[in-house]
Amino acid sequence: MSDNLALAKQVDARISSVPPPMAMLAELTHRCPLACPYCSNPIALTRADEELSTAEWIGVFEQAAALGVLHLHLSGGEPAARRDLAELTQAAAAFGLYTNLITSGVGLTEARIGQLADAGLDHIQLSIQGVSAESADRIGGYGGGYGRKIAVAGWVAEAGIPLTLNAVCHRQNMGEIEAMIELAIRLKARRIEVATVQFHGWAERNKAALLPTRDQVELATRTVAAARQTYEGILVIDYVPADYYSTYPKACMGGWGRVGLNVTPSGRVLPCHAAETIPGLSFATVRASSLAEIWYESDAFNAYRGDAWMPDLCRSCERKKVDFGGCRCQAMTLAGDARATDPVCVRSPLRDRLTRETDRLSTLSSDTLIYRGR
Amino acid sequence: MTGEAPVISGTSVVKLARGVRLRADAVRGQTVLLAPERAMALDDIAVRIVEALDGRRSLDRIAGDFAAEFGAPVEQIASDVQSFAHELAIRRMLEIVE
Repeated sequence: MSDNLALAKQVDARISSVPPPMAMLAELTHRCPLACPYCSNPIALTRADEELSTAEWIGVFEQAAALGVLHLHLSGGEPAARRDLAELTQAAAAFGLYTNLITSGVGLTEARIGQLADAGLDHIQLSIQGVSAESADRIGGYGGGYGRKIAVAGWVAEAGIPLTLNAVCHRQNMGEIEAMIELAIRLKARRIEVATVQFHGWAERNKAALLPTRDQVELATRTVAAARQTYEGILVIDYVPADYYSTYPKACMGGWGRVGLNVTPSGRVLPCHAAETIPGLSFATVRASSLAEIWYESDAFNAYRGDAWMPDLCRSCERKKVDFGGCRCQAMTLAGDARATDPVCVRSPLRDRLTRETDRLSTLSSDTLIYRGR
Repeated sequence: MTGEAPVISGTSVVKLARGVRLRADAVRGQTVLLAPERAMALDDIAVRIVEALDGRRSLDRIAGDFAAEFGAPVEQIASDVQSFAHELAIRRMLEIVE
């Protein structure tokens, strides 16, 4: 009895020091007709026959809602490749989750959008790769994709579902940001996310073609600032700048295991979509463990919580409460050590080397793209 | 093409836009306003204001109703309601009915 009480107190203490998750990204499938060269899916894609079933996903959504998740992002791959998308949406909405569909638009029809609206879908986030068929379809690696997206945006507006455009920016399309913002308004979007490519996985392989130049980044920042003033109250603009040119690292994921979790198509639960690039971490699956156990108890989620794992440089830094030590996957990629100070940080001993390498890469004029999965 | 930025005044009649809703957050013991990529924890007063944005009453009328209910000066309440509505409007969280 007293042992049980002591154990319960320990668990309580751990739970109270770790907040419940706010958001869950459900990668329903890795299948996708597009082949974007910066795809955030891993290099090794999950096969269709390994995907969680409808009932398994619904069980995960129920656990997520009970755990405190408020926002559910239905993503992929292309989530429309799942025939049970409307059924999954309806189940998630019934658990009170705020449902957001993150889609390329390819695979959605007017009828399916109607079904999703009826299922209680709260919001759609539609990706665009550029502002013309020529530039967008070259990046997406899918002919006809741009035209389809414009049609989808029209059907979404007619169904009354709020729309965000999601524009990933890089060297090849950075000059189109102003036109992307104008396109968002034309398509009746309420929001646009202008996010610079993060260099993990596929994007890392395409760095020579995708890394923006310093001039491009400065122009983009000015363009966004001006557009926010011009369109206040009309369009909300969220902007993720290029962190290789920043002074301090981004607060990646709002801190490891603090805000959100990511479930892969086969049910592995990750603190972020790139976490599998860190060797030595093992990730539990919803087929064997509960979401609560994984969030609160698993080694992978506890690996970079708090500050005990940090190098002295970060642990003694006042900014650790702002950026939580930056991005662990980026530290792995650039420093070869997931526990290292994020090399983007001006205080990192590797910052000068990153600046030289960034300058070198950004002077290359490569436009050769390695497409995801091809 | 660009549309018009919403202007909030005492005569505005507004309601939450589609895709924006209040939800009881039992796990954290609070009420949250959910919108795309946003979750705002609201205090009791903010919850009452959001609930009053019914798409039928003007903001002045809502302020008047609160003033009568709480016996508080209407000017202060009207100013609070309008500035809160303005904050929601610039985040595209309101539908302006009239």
